[in-house]
Amino acid sequence: MVQYVRDRFDASFAALSDATRRGVLEQLGRADASITDLAEKFHMTLTGMKKHVGVLEQAGLVTTEKVGRVRTCKLGLSKLTEEAAWIERYRQLWDARFDELDKVVEELKRKEKVHGRKKRD
Amino acid sequence: MDERRETNPTRMKSCTTVERKSEREIVVTRTFNAPARIVFEAWTKVDLLKRWWAPKSTGLTLLSCKADVRVGGSYRFEFGQEGSKPMAFFGRYIEVTPHSRLVWTNDESADGAVTTVTFEEKGGKTLLVMHDIYPSKEALDAVLAGMEGGMAETFEQLDELLVTLGASVGRS
Repeated sequence: MVQYVRDRFDASFAALSDATRRGVLEQLGRADASITDLAEKFHMTLTGMKKHVGVLEQAGLVTTEKVGRVRTCKLGLSKLTEEAAWIERYRQLWDARFDELDKVVEELKRKEKVHGRKKRD
Repeated sequence: MDERRETNPTRMKSCTTVERKSEREIVVTRTFNAPARIVFEAWTKVDLLKRWWAPKSTGLTLLSCKADVRVGGSYRFEFGQEGSKPMAFFGRYIEVTPHSRLVWTNDESADGAVTTVTFEEKGGKTLLVMHDIYPSKEALDAVLAGMEGGMAETFEQLDELLVTLGASVGRS
């Protein structure tokens, strides 16, 4: 899962390395837009814009939704990325708790040993 | 081998796994280097529970902690986190089987999970498995989408960060 999150971040950085795609993100930060709107704004063909949006979508930076014949793009993590990020945060919480629990358990073990020895004496 | 372990204690650290096992279920696992009765004790005695439930590294503080660990008994944990309202988690224990199984409800949300923790001892070590089972796929989806517990805000911050990073890539 960690590797998955890392891959996603790599994909994000790759997506952000292109000026047009950064422009698209900036544009979507102001308002949602259809692929046609974006293609016009950036003086591109529909196919060209679809490619850029595809890269942003893969990186989890943009989500698209098709309603009727129009595909609307908006800023945001994809469901899969959200899920992976949530799971990683949840893992970190429990990992931190269990590290502390380890200490408590070690202490209980030590006490039991001392106690056990006393009993035998 | 032992020498290396001593000089690098982090290598000894057991690993915590989290997985979405099914549409309705999240599973957390970890192995502890102690018999089940000891690990179970640390989950069922409030004074011990308090010591590990809100680790400092998470930024959480435990404001109050009550747990009546027996079948039908209730629990209530209240956490504080800097800059946000205190959060309360509460419910009832519906199964308490010494050294092997604990089951409780999470009643702070109508769609809360039922949590089952099992303690499985093998060769002096204990495999702990925690299952959170949600009432429906939708309930778990909503949790994972960060619709609860201020996670939505976190993702917004991540979005902002990514956009900021994008802008600085553009400048360089």
